[in-house]
Amino acid sequence: MPMNKSKELLTKAADYLAEIQALAQSTFTIMEVCGTHTVAIAKNALRELLPETVRLISGPGCPVCVTDSSDIDRYLYLAAQPNVITATFGDMIRVPGTEKNLQVLRAEGADVRIVYSTQDALELARKNRDKEVVFLGIGFETTVPTVAVSLETAKHEGIENYSVLSMHKVVPPVLRLLAEDAELVVDAFLDPGHVCSIIGIEPIGFMAKDYGKPGVVTGFEALDILEAIVMLLRQREEGRSEIEIQYKRVAKPEGNPRARMFIEQVFEPVEASWRGIGLIPQSGLGIREEYSLWDAAKKFSLPIFHSEETPGCRCGDVLKGRIYPTQCSLFARFCTPMKPVGPCMVSSEGSCAAYYRYAQRSGD
Amino acid sequence: MCLAIPAKVVSMDGSIAKVDMMGNERVVSIDLVPEVKIGEYVLVHAGFAIGIIDDESAKETEELLLEVANAYEQE
Ligand code: SF4
Repeated sequence: MPMNKSKELLTKAADYLAEIQALAQSTFTIMEVCGTHTVAIAKNALRELLPETVRLISGPGCPVCVTDSSDIDRYLYLAAQPNVITATFGDMIRVPGTEKNLQVLRAEGADVRIVYSTQDALELARKNRDKEVVFLGIGFETTVPTVAVSLETAKHEGIENYSVLSMHKVVPPVLRLLAEDAELVVDAFLDPGHVCSIIGIEPIGFMAKDYGKPGVVTGFEALDILEAIVMLLRQREEGRSEIEIQYKRVAKPEGNPRARMFIEQVFEPVEASWRGIGLIPQSGLGIREEYSLWDAAKKFSLPIFHSEETPGCRCGDVLKGRIYPTQCSLFARFCTPMKPVGPCMVSSEGSCAAYYRYAQRSGD
Repeated sequence: MCLAIPAKVVSMDGSIAKVDMMGNERVVSIDLVPEVKIGEYVLVHAGFAIGIIDDESAKETEELLLEVANAYEQE
């Protein structure tokens, strides 16, 4: 990289840090909602760079981590059915259910394929007409439009051996729940840049307006995050509470209306259970009646599971920002990315995994 | 899981585009951004372009950050 460019970046970072230092005279607690932010913060050691008064805590923004154990057991049950090909993003492969995980099922003979996109899953269905291809639908508003497009394509092309098990979730209702949590000590939010590039800022405006919790829609590089922290501190300094966009090069105030149209066409809001948090009304997405032929839950008449949370795992408290992962007594001792006890350790974007990986590297 | 990576649109064919993603050629769906043009930067998530990076200065930032990211990866 040309010298002057890297110098420019370093100067910028130093300027942001100086302004943060100047503005953060008293404690300011910021929650990063998105798991990708958690990883970026850990990777760049931002917590260590910031003054002690600025606290960064992780939120419920890792879709794998908030998938309820009952949902996990349900898809494992489905994956074990004969004639089923389970298509999934790689993140899910080692997530532990009550007894097994997808990797174990695969070793036992289940047909589990890691796909990079829903396009790949559809292609599997086109090529294996005698099999049922089920895509495990896990993700937030960033991912949901890509699943919606696949269902629309399946309907349009009449691909009847493709279906989706929808465990999708949306972000605004869980933000409201956090804002109403009396125990939560968060002053402001780093809002998820890619979720907002789809939904825009209107759906999260209530956080600033009704609850006095300012937010900044933030990108995923160290400089993005530092700039967003400066923006939040300036809001406090000036007594404002707004949702602002730092990640302007990607996230537009109106989001991506076409992507939202796909979501609305295929999915409808339903109550959903968030791991460690509980039931939240309107926070999940169910497949609409018009697409029920491609709804795996209906197609396979899947039973509802009532699985227990893993004893000792404090993922729920981690997801709500009540404790740091290191405060879980199992952290790093009994629970590691190689042998994860809970979902916050298994997903690469889980807070526990991010803390573990980067703490190991820096030799903490 | 909401990771998304910028890429430059090289060619298009219906709802499919070839993009240059950090020097690698990839095929992505442009169903969600049908208005995109060749030469523009898009944000790619799970095989789909989910947004267009459309502002000139922003593009520069993205390129700059990409270089840093690359330098970081090569460490
Ligand atoms: S360290 Fe492991 S057991 Fe503890 S909260 Fe995180 S995932 Fe759960």
